[in-house]
Amino acid sequence: MAMSIDDKLGLNRFHADKSYPHITVNQSFTDVKEIERVVMACPAKLYSYNDGKIGFNHEGCLECGTCRVLSGGKVVESWNHPQGGMGVEFRHG
Amino acid sequence: MLERLKNHPTVSPYLAGGKTVEYAAHLVTEGGYDMIPTLYRDNVLVAGDAAALVMNLGFTIRGMDLVIESGRLAAETIIAAKEAGDYSAATLSKYKTALDNSFVMKDMQHFRKMPKFIENHRIFEQYPGMIDEIMSGLFIMHGQEPVKFKKKAMAAVKKVGMMNLLKDGMNGMGAM
Repeated sequence: MAMSIDDKLGLNRFHADKSYPHITVNQSFTDVKEIERVVMACPAKLYSYNDGKIGFNHEGCLECGTCRVLSGGKVVESWNHPQGGMGVEFRHG
Repeated sequence: MLERLKNHPTVSPYLAGGKTVEYAAHLVTEGGYDMIPTLYRDNVLVAGDAAALVMNLGFTIRGMDLVIESGRLAAETIIAAKEAGDYSAATLSKYKTALDNSFVMKDMQHFRKMPKFIENHRIFEQYPGMIDEIMSGLFIMHGQEPVKFKKKAMAAVKKVGMMNLLKDGMNGMGAM
């Protein structure tokens, strides 16, 4: 039985930092193919693309760096880790 | 992709009864020696991949042995600092000295050129195809007319380019 992304994220412990989105998106980036690649690649499904607008929610981020490696400087405007103690807390290494 | 692997009939029996406890991912620092940051300050030591102690050599990725040793040397430094009641950068600098004298830094320095070498796209795009073609020529029999192996191999090599192969081979040897 395949677990959904939401099920898997639900297993994790997060300390959401609503005041600091540690990853920002370049809304004026318009290459649709590139955007769709990032939407598909994020293992936490945090990117979305609707009506020409790139959506991104930093709160379920696993800090894997996939979006940064794929599209840093293009779709991804800035990529940082959350502030110390914030974001995902991995309990199993 | 991982879900498909886990649900594959060859794999799923081994996972039966298992429970997912965490969904994790990690960005690994593979820039090599030139990426190593400051390793100590007052009250702080940096070990493992936080210290960029990872080596992607193409045929293997080393990080376990480097983190274990750097962790061990960090612990020894901290024990000595505790006994002296002094966690200043000056005292903690012994950690870097110990690292420099260990296989950790020696190996990191030895393979310093690897990250740059691995950025060569031919390694991931053309060489696998070339090797596949050569191996297929060796092992796949479909009643074809006999062709000298050298001719088949050269056909595969020509697609990558002999000069590229020689240049990459030399750079690869140099990086190792």
